[in-house]
Amino acid sequence: MSRRQLALAVLAALALLLAAVVAVLNLQDSTDTTPAAPVTADSIARGAYLARAGNCAGCHSDRGGAAYAGGRGIATPFGTVYAGNLTPDASGLGAWTVVDFRRALRHGRGRDGRLLVPAFPYTHFTQVSRDDADALFAYLRSVPPVPQTNRPHALRFPYNTQAALAVWRALYFRPGAAPAQPGRSAEWHRGAYLVNGLGHCSACHGGRNGLGASAALDAGRGGAPLPLQAWYAPSLADPQEAGLQHWPMADAVALLKTGQAPQGIAQGPMAEVVAQSTQHLTEDDLRAMVSYLQALPERGDGAAHTPLPPRPAATMALGAALYKQHCADCHGAQGQGAPGIYPALAGNRLVTMARTSNLLLAVTRGGFAPGTAAHPRPYGMPPFDLGHDELAALLTWLRASWGHDAPPVSEVDALLAR
Amino acid sequence: MARTLLLSLSCGAASAQPAPAPVQVPDTLAQRLQPCMTCHGREGRASRLGYLPRIAGKPAGYLYNQLLNFRDGRRANATMADLLAHQTDAYLAEMAGHFAALDLPYPPPTPDDTPAALLARGEALVRRGDASRRLPACAACHGEQLTGRQPAVPGLLGLPRDYLIGQLGAWQTNGRRAHAPDCMAQVAQQLTAADVGAVTAWLVRQPVPVPAHAAAPSREPLPLECGRQVAPPEPAAAR
Repeated sequence: MSRRQLALAVLAALALLLAAVVAVLNLQDSTDTTPAAPVTADSIARGAYLARAGNCAGCHSDRGGAAYAGGRGIATPFGTVYAGNLTPDASGLGAWTVVDFRRALRHGRGRDGRLLVPAFPYTHFTQVSRDDADALFAYLRSVPPVPQTNRPHALRFPYNTQAALAVWRALYFRPGAAPAQPGRSAEWHRGAYLVNGLGHCSACHGGRNGLGASAALDAGRGGAPLPLQAWYAPSLADPQEAGLQHWPMADAVALLKTGQAPQGIAQGPMAEVVAQSTQHLTEDDLRAMVSYLQALPERGDGAAHTPLPPRPAATMALGAALYKQHCADCHGAQGQGAPGIYPALAGNRLVTMARTSNLLLAVTRGGFAPGTAAHPRPYGMPPFDLGHDELAALLTWLRASWGHDAPPVSEVDALLAR
Repeated sequence: MARTLLLSLSCGAASAQPAPAPVQVPDTLAQRLQPCMTCHGREGRASRLGYLPRIAGKPAGYLYNQLLNFRDGRRANATMADLLAHQTDAYLAEMAGHFAALDLPYPPPTPDDTPAALLARGEALVRRGDASRRLPACAACHGEQLTGRQPAVPGLLGLPRDYLIGQLGAWQTNGRRAHAPDCMAQVAQQLTAADVGAVTAWLVRQPVPVPAHAAAPSREPLPLECGRQVAPPEPAAAR
């Protein structure tokens, strides 16, 4: 055997081994045939609640379309994924059994045995208990059936192949519930279950790697731009961003329940989460989620605090004048705001966060706080059409006022926000 | 070190002062709806120039259905969709009612040198339509005075020409939709570019009658079948 033949044989053996590893890792989904408890009004109601906790309707309903009938396109860096029809019509889950549903939810495999794309966060939902999966299924069987054929995904090669999904799954999917942590309370465990399971919070806040796998919330700092969007999902580990470690419990619960807290309001994609999901959860569950989030290890951005670039006097004067002209009537001369109406800007992390994209979007797009049971008629902020030099000056001034000491915003940052 | 010291000094100074009193905010819809004014003008009465439509005084049912259409993706406008994304039907109905109830004067049309032939063609289409093409008159649905019809047909006067052209174009290309059957899309798709030019040229030259209230609901069936209009929730439910 020549050296060349030997090398080829070794390569072939390695390839076979890799394929075997991928295959074995892909056999790890169980077919859980345990009989389901009988469907009752209670289990359907619990399923409806769990569907809120997971905001299933957020992806599985098109804008203006029937709830859970699918059809909504979710843009990803790999192409567009179209959410499926979850209603009990034949074009949806009509022919599915509870065993099929458990496997899809918790193991990412469709009724036909094909692997589902990981835009469907089965990597999180694998933590959902069998009872809860069954209740969800019972609820989805109870919604009005809507005939709407699923639209095939528009993914680029190789992401559109089952082989690529199998490799991805072998790399990033570990099935099953998270192990119990000795020393942690029942409340913490409930919070971890909701945050990391149905809530799939880390899908946005955990950051994603180049192949779209999201990191666990306790695995690192997290915080990441949303794929193909201008919004940034702030870190839940960093108290300078969205970390809740130093917030009073009641304020954090209020943010999730009502969309507003003394420290700020939910905006952009988080406004959707509050409106469609968290405002519907019980105080007990929200407290549990906050307990878990408050116990996350604190991690800063590790950026060396080099001396800040200078803030030219002319820029600061322009910023102060613009604030007085456009902002002070609602947010107050001292940035104090009006509780439950206009958020305070003094001490607001949206203002001081290292990443300025959300701040720029808040000013240029404006918006209302989410409409919730607690605030059904929220006040709003107009979109401001300022020049990029004005925007940079206003935000630079804001980030240096009332004890803030955050780096200036450049005209380039302001320009890129458009 | 120096900066740390400065920071702690300034923080100390800040906490020594009494907290500033919260801003006093009027508990009114007008204050809540400030975001609308940036584009739609003070009190919702945009001028005849530019693109943006006046919303003050349009029928509440019309405004409510347009808010739903923007929020739910049947009308395409990113700003409107963003603003309305997470608001309830009840709040949208309140918004519609607020602007519909405003009764504000319209500015007179500005004279220009639009050719008389173009205006005559526009007026003919608006008042009589074109029976040979089975094109109904605008006035048949939008009211003899063209000030709209309750509950949900908008007035056509006092709007910028760019806006009118933009809407007819959007209906022609499915960029603006209503619930099926979309009668206005059927009308718009029969119009040629010259028709659109003539109709809009004439409409923007008309003064708005005083009062400019929308006509009562039609007793006769409308010339075309139109899709359902969603009735606003009862005011009691809106609170």
